[in-house]
Amino acid sequence: MILEPITPIQAIGGGLLIGAGAALLLLLSGRIAGVSGLAAAAAGIADRGPSWAQSVSFVIALPIGALVVSHSLRQVSVEVTSSAPLLIAAGLLVGFGTRLGNGCTSGHGVCGTARLSPRSISATLTFMALGLATVFIVRHVIGVVV
Amino acid sequence: MRHVLPGLVAGLLFGAGLALSDVINPARVLAFLDVDGAWDPTLALVAAGAFVPSAAAYWLSRRMSRPLMAHYFRIPQSRVVEPQLLAGAAIFGIGWGLVGFSPGAGIAALAFGFTLWQPWVFVLAMLGGMVLHRFDEDKRRHPLRISA
Repeated sequence: MILEPITPIQAIGGGLLIGAGAALLLLLSGRIAGVSGLAAAAAGIADRGPSWAQSVSFVIALPIGALVVSHSLRQVSVEVTSSAPLLIAAGLLVGFGTRLGNGCTSGHGVCGTARLSPRSISATLTFMALGLATVFIVRHVIGVVV
Repeated sequence: MRHVLPGLVAGLLFGAGLALSDVINPARVLAFLDVDGAWDPTLALVAAGAFVPSAAAYWLSRRMSRPLMAHYFRIPQSRVVEPQLLAGAAIFGIGWGLVGFSPGAGIAALAFGFTLWQPWVFVLAMLGGMVLHRFDEDKRRHPLRISA
């Protein structure tokens, strides 16, 4: 798979924007920007966490922010080669896992590690390890590029 | 407004960051996770970039009596690493490695949903997984009520 490289400036700049979003939610609303928690609250699945109004606003703004970048700073392409059954399996695992583990790449990865939470650091190392292992098995053991 | 404005601004910045850094693109994420193939290390720069404002905001929050638009900081205080935290993170990691979508990337990718069906399938399945967890949790909390 040949990927158009992105510049280090885009990578660091994108990271800074993600961190700035998390920083604002913390300083304005006192809340951790965990996308899985916000998505669950927006869908009415969570029994605690951010308010419905806030989570819906966040979830709607997320793709709008991506569109703005795609029309201004960088031509964005989303390349998915996975089949529908694989997307469903991955979605179910991501949904269930993030609720059981109380967070995902944002809540644990971006917010939790930045405050050196032992829970978030353990969670981040765990999902990184399993993500790496899954890609290794799928691509190099089973031998399919999905 | 007190809830909507911070949600909108944070979501816009977050989504813009996912798009600019290409975390929105599963092919990029899988290339980052594929250390044995043509490894693409750029996502490490994204994580480093995100760490800085996030850590700065946390540092600042410890010196503020309350957030600017709410009464309390609601920062998780538990330091206990329990089995279900690691089990959940492991399950999430497998799903993340299968396709390359995190929850944030999947939802942000809906921006291209007029021409791309895959993010819709992923996000709907993700919500399904969250509902399954909710059922499971309710059953543990109220075993009699559910089985009756």
